[in-house]
Amino acid sequence: MTLDEILASLLPAGHDVLVRPDRLILGTGRRRDGGAVHVIGIADGEPLGTAGVLPLAERVLRVIAAGDGAPILVMVDTRGQRMARRDEMLGLNEYLAHLAKCLLLASRHGHRTIGLNYGKAAAGAFLATALATDVLVALPGAEPAVMDLPSMARVTKLPEDRLRALSRTTPVFAPGLASMTEVGAVAEIWDPQRPLDAQFEATLANVPDQDVRDALGAERGGRRLALDVARRVAAQATGRLHAAAS
Amino acid sequence: MTDMSNQSAASRDSASWFLASARDRLAGLLDPGSFVEFLPPSERVRSPHLALFDLPAAFDDGMVVGRGRLDGQGVLAAAQEGQFMGGTFAEVSGAKLIGLLRAARDNPDLPRTVLLLLDSGGVRLQEANAGELAVAEVMRAIIEARSAGVAVIALVGGRAGAFGGAGLTAATCSRIVISEQGRLGVTGPEVIETNQGVEEFDSQDKALVWGVTGGRTRRLIGGSDAYALDTMAGFREAAVSLLGNPSPFDLRTLQAEQDRLAARQQRLGACDSPAALWATLGVPDPGAARDMDDEAFAALAATVKGTDHDAR
Repeated sequence: MTLDEILASLLPAGHDVLVRPDRLILGTGRRRDGGAVHVIGIADGEPLGTAGVLPLAERVLRVIAAGDGAPILVMVDTRGQRMARRDEMLGLNEYLAHLAKCLLLASRHGHRTIGLNYGKAAAGAFLATALATDVLVALPGAEPAVMDLPSMARVTKLPEDRLRALSRTTPVFAPGLASMTEVGAVAEIWDPQRPLDAQFEATLANVPDQDVRDALGAERGGRRLALDVARRVAAQATGRLHAAAS
Repeated sequence: MTDMSNQSAASRDSASWFLASARDRLAGLLDPGSFVEFLPPSERVRSPHLALFDLPAAFDDGMVVGRGRLDGQGVLAAAQEGQFMGGTFAEVSGAKLIGLLRAARDNPDLPRTVLLLLDSGGVRLQEANAGELAVAEVMRAIIEARSAGVAVIALVGGRAGAFGGAGLTAATCSRIVISEQGRLGVTGPEVIETNQGVEEFDSQDKALVWGVTGGRTRRLIGGSDAYALDTMAGFREAAVSLLGNPSPFDLRTLQAEQDRLAARQQRLGACDSPAALWATLGVPDPGAARDMDDEAFAALAATVKGTDHDAR
């Protein structure tokens, strides 16, 4: 689906969502019930650098300040963070984390945040956007990844064929939508054959009030240990507290 | 105290943070004998995925978590072992940190400070999806803990630096301490060179590497909140100076961060080199500032506008 097709199916009651020349997505749409939904994002695989973060974060902060409680949709097609000496020198880590923090603050202020991965999504730009939302959904054909297999083969010094074979037995490292769903990063995959607005409303109706991604990963078998390890650490942290107090 | 133990305390204090292991850093940073580890190596919790790649696992998966005291105050602490798989975030190492942060979030009786001794190249590629997601969960857990009144302080000065997900994690914390040797960023110089060419970033040019990602530039642009000497005592002193009264995680703080980052982009966005950036910041002689000792640099940094803020 093209971005225009997605927006038409997602917001049939009308929207003013635009892709700017710098490939940032900004705008507002109408939900079925007439309520607003704020839309931010990044299109056409554009990498996210320091300059791109600022308008997106500013919009999220304005939405929080306005206090309408409306949901925020984060549409993502980005091949990753901008890889440039200048962005790194300016402290790109602070910019990317700032956008993530703005989205997390919006959640805390009652704005349900939904990430929609409809193209690429990778590395630091993924963390700053779609992975900082309450619920991440995807459309078939989305390509979330940390790194592609050829690059991974170079870094791990393993033959690409071997990695490809391994990726059939475990979702833990292989790029792609199926793997990201099994580990619990992607909550659900929408069906492009059905109207997206109804699926959006269904997702909005079931936004969890806490991070359930490790539980999802355990349930789906893609991340069997994470939830249990986190719980054991928390239990020992509090257990020793009680032991020390008694 | 005997002469012998005085001597060993002094040599402990002056030991290099950069060269130390995760456990040595915890021992050198926290009050002597105060650290208690959660899920210690004796419980043999290790990565189930590394064997697929014929790589050895570690019984702590390169992440040490627990509690102790700093200057008499209770703290929770987590330390990455940069010499095991580059200190990377993976399923188990990430989950240990997440468990610690969630415990702090949920239990007001636990210490209200979490120290994060980062030493990490980012996500472990052999567990790329689990590692990336672990970073996302860590960032959310940091924000939830901060919202509950917990101060989360990042300490950056290890050999792996804090890149990728570790760089984003640092900037999600309430405060950041860095040393001259500390490097903080997203994409490492080698990866930029591989992807964009040597003209964009010559990773063999060590002065350029330190100038772009190193602790002095980070301190001057306000990318860290305290500058530490590369010793156990140096990091302890800097961490103690940041204890108490964390800035609240709220709209005002993030609006101030937006203003701060927008001003930085506008003022420094055209700078092409670390020297140009330092000169624009008002450092009179960037070459001399690069070579001066730590005390002189800390004094110089205190005179540069914008290094001190509570907008994080």
